[in-house]
Amino acid sequence: MDYEALRKIANDVRINIVKMVSNAKSGHPGGSLSAADIVTFLYFNVMDITAENAGTLDRDRFVLSKGHASPLLYAVLAEKGIIPKEELLTFRILHTRLQGHPDMNEFDGIDMTTGSLGQGLSAAVGMSLANKLDGNDHRIYCLVGDGESEEGQIWEAAMAAAHYKCDNLCAIIDWNGLQIDGKIEDVIGPAPFDTKFEAFGWHTINVDGHDFAQLEKAFAEAKTVKGKPTCIIAKTIKGKGVSFMENVADWHGKAPNAELTAVALKDLGGE
Amino acid sequence: MARATREAYGDELIRLVQENPKVVVLDADLAGSTNSGRAAKYAPERFFDMGIAEANMIGVAAGLAASGYIPFASSFAMFCTGRVWEQIRNSLAYPGLNVKIVGSHSGISVGEDGVTHQAIEDIAIMRDITGLAVYAPCDQWETKAVIRHVMEENGPCYIRLGRAKVDDVFDENKEFDIRKVNVVRKGTAAAVFCTGLMVQMTLKAAEILKEEGIDITVVDVCAIKPIDKEGVARILGEYDKIFTVEEHSITGGLGSAICEVACSTVPRIVHRLGMFGFAESGEWQQLLHEYKLDGEGIAEQIKGYLEMKSATETE
Repeated sequence: MDYEALRKIANDVRINIVKMVSNAKSGHPGGSLSAADIVTFLYFNVMDITAENAGTLDRDRFVLSKGHASPLLYAVLAEKGIIPKEELLTFRILHTRLQGHPDMNEFDGIDMTTGSLGQGLSAAVGMSLANKLDGNDHRIYCLVGDGESEEGQIWEAAMAAAHYKCDNLCAIIDWNGLQIDGKIEDVIGPAPFDTKFEAFGWHTINVDGHDFAQLEKAFAEAKTVKGKPTCIIAKTIKGKGVSFMENVADWHGKAPNAELTAVALKDLGGE
Repeated sequence: MARATREAYGDELIRLVQENPKVVVLDADLAGSTNSGRAAKYAPERFFDMGIAEANMIGVAAGLAASGYIPFASSFAMFCTGRVWEQIRNSLAYPGLNVKIVGSHSGISVGEDGVTHQAIEDIAIMRDITGLAVYAPCDQWETKAVIRHVMEENGPCYIRLGRAKVDDVFDENKEFDIRKVNVVRKGTAAAVFCTGLMVQMTLKAAEILKEEGIDITVVDVCAIKPIDKEGVARILGEYDKIFTVEEHSITGGLGSAICEVACSTVPRIVHRLGMFGFAESGEWQQLLHEYKLDGEGIAEQIKGYLEMKSATETE
């Protein structure tokens, strides 16, 4: 898909993120908006998932380790025709299939139940090992938050992935620089990511997480790397696309009111 | 023949990996001790040592299960339950993934390693997780039966095993229904529910008590969750003096599970024997003696309660 069409889809994804969080009066807009370009690119230009094969293991899979970005995953799966668009506004509302954090048993396209930070990358390593045992060529993608990498389990998983030569695994760090308590560098400072992952035995690629050309090149390069997993470190802007949310930590896990929702939708060219 | 339940697990795992190409084995640097490593020789490509990183082991097991494999993930009971409780809850139990957690070296009978390695809370914390089954077999035959049983069930479970070599309670011809309680000795004075190694110890206590004219019923409870509510209630109805014995804290474990059945079926006073706090280092049989969980200690405690009770009754 060309970048212009992708840009349109990513924008629609952002509009739906704002609408879902606003309607639910809760959720995590900041980190959903920061990774919107990455996940849109993955689902439309990298992974081979379709509405038809979503219910099978015979395809690439995606683990949203930063499970609080669930509105992003749901909005992208809706664009793929896997989640009905009319269900998006049930997000977080009693009896919904769109739980606050993703539940893999609700939709075939949700590949792992996540939400408790630090655990998704381990599951992605397990999926990678399974694909190797099965001898298939399917790839596993895993989106990890920058703040999430403060969890020790991320580094346990990083060690295991390198040890078992998980070259069918590609992690993406959504480096938006903010977490609930403020700037990640002020809270605990997990950077640098590239040399850390390299020291753990990974191939690393630094990109601008909002630049499709750079993402395309990085995902293509990751596919060629043999004998080790790849980590794409994507610099992003938290709240990207919504003027008052950009680079403001406070919008990590807060819903805009009606007035601000209107401003956000106007920013995105929605209604 | 005396054989540790962890050894029986290793035996059964060797059979399983050869029979079922979907079975994968994970351990966290204790594959020799848990016995899981013995299967590696038979299916090296399906054995994954995850190193001293139990949280990751649970997550990797989740990913393998989400891909159609049946992981057996082992470590000491302390480290594959307590250390990773939240990983088990959120990455295994909530999605209902088919992972079998097998914890060896449970209870105080791990011995000399001391308190840091003596899991006496594992049944309690595993029992509280939605959808997670909990089993504590007492001998090699029951262990093998549990492994076969969980292979038939699609869902997560925790199997509690021991370090020590223990006497057989059953023989290889025993036909198990793992979901049901097993009356392993029939008496009249009291019913004693017990689990794991405490089955052997309670049977020893029964011999001691018999010499003093006290004839007890011994009930082996392997499936602590889901518990055989009907079977437990039937026994509660047949006896008015009820005991539980476990190599575990008296809160949250077998004793609590029996009390939960009692309070909703046949109300009974239940005397819970087990651990009342941390233990210490020591040779395992000496530890059981010290904490009154060997045959002698259990007999003494049961007799004490029965005498107290009959004294009250004659007043």
